[in-house]
Amino acid sequence: MKKEELPQDKSALAGVTREVCYVKDSNGKYTTGLSTGWEVKKDALDNAWDDIHQRVEEARLAVKNGEKSPVYYFMELKLMDLIVLSGYTSFWQFTIKKHMKPEVFKSLRDSKLSKYAKAFEISIEELKNFKG
Amino acid sequence: MAKKFKHIQTAHCENGVATSLLRYHGLDYVTEPLVFGMGSGLFYLHIPFLTISNGPAITYRTMPGAIFNRACKALGVKVQRKKFSTEEAARIYLDQKVKEGIPVGCQVGVFNLPYFPPEYRFHFNAHNLIVYGKEQGAYLVSDPVMENVTKLSEEEMLKVRFAKGPLAPKGHVYFAESIGEVTNEMLKKGIVKGIRRNTRDMLHIPGNIGGVDGIKYTAKKIRIWRDKLGVRKAGLYLGQIVRMQEEIGTGGGGFRYIYAAFLEEASNYLNNDKLLQVSEDFTKAGDLWRQSAIQMGRIYKGRLNDQKCYNECADLLDEISGIEKEAFKKLAKMKL
Repeated sequence: MKKEELPQDKSALAGVTREVCYVKDSNGKYTTGLSTGWEVKKDALDNAWDDIHQRVEEARLAVKNGEKSPVYYFMELKLMDLIVLSGYTSFWQFTIKKHMKPEVFKSLRDSKLSKYAKAFEISIEELKNFKG
Repeated sequence: MAKKFKHIQTAHCENGVATSLLRYHGLDYVTEPLVFGMGSGLFYLHIPFLTISNGPAITYRTMPGAIFNRACKALGVKVQRKKFSTEEAARIYLDQKVKEGIPVGCQVGVFNLPYFPPEYRFHFNAHNLIVYGKEQGAYLVSDPVMENVTKLSEEEMLKVRFAKGPLAPKGHVYFAESIGEVTNEMLKKGIVKGIRRNTRDMLHIPGNIGGVDGIKYTAKKIRIWRDKLGVRKAGLYLGQIVRMQEEIGTGGGGFRYIYAAFLEEASNYLNNDKLLQVSEDFTKAGDLWRQSAIQMGRIYKGRLNDQKCYNECADLLDEISGIEKEAFKKLAKMKL
């Protein structure tokens, strides 16, 4: 890629930083250039976020319909998966799966709920009272 | 007496930490491409059956930590690394090093990294930054992908150093411990070794999911994604490929341009014009990677979505695989 071809599109990096890219100068030698972004990858990132929002919305509905517990919703909201949530709570993944069942969730003691609340950075009340 | 630390912006965080730390210790000719090449940074791997952030698990570079370790080893620089079981111990250790005036590389998670744009904050735990001081309770931070230096409070720093999930940093810090004299001979040897190891990794990794064969493997998958996953999911998968390949940190073209820049530098150090030709091959590969990104973009933007478009992406990847294979074969045959 030539230096003058380096895209300078709008992206989420605006106002934060520009990124270094390796490009060729007019003599055909490598140099670096700064780019504000590239539309192609901005679209990819936007798509990924659309998907996240959709997943969060589906999780909200699942809680509302009594299919899943709030643990599931907040896991999606915080972009986590079972591996990450297991890391933050030190619960086993299969334990977390159980806690995602509404009837099991209802019986959880505060000591366990507090681990989730901490991982999601919310209060125990917010976690317990989330109805979708 | 502490030397003044100079912030250097690079494409990739790990290359950047390595470049900055080595330059700080007096090796002022060290560049990002040189570190990347001596560390045999170029790679390709598509791990089947594993999804990351609900997309395919693909990498364009070698495993975290390897580039820094290999480059330092080649230059006879000793690296000290440490992980911690408690946050308190991690904080005390970092503060001690700061007091001693030693710039320290830290592995961090980006989900809670406050100066990153929210759109970029995923649970990715292999980001690297340098702490080069402390002022009024805040750490002075040189993050290689940022244009300017920044700061993190004690609390923010502990949070990112103890991010959880895959590749959890566990407070991981590292720094160059002892630096002896680096001769021109060592440098040349390091460059040749870097090229040889990279050639081996890309051409001879067993199986069909890594190296130049891995690129073909992805091409094969892309051909069936539309039927197997449906248009929406297939689009998300292609988007993930493009992000891994082009997002901040790769220097463009899935690290291929950085590697081409390295070969250009290597041709100077080794006085070998043939390396320049191979550098051109990798520039070509980088250009085609970007062209494939544009083609994939047309699909996930919803402009095109018939099977023919997927095939065109796959064809490009097959072509790239061929170009990189030939380029590494040239390197393998070359007397260096």
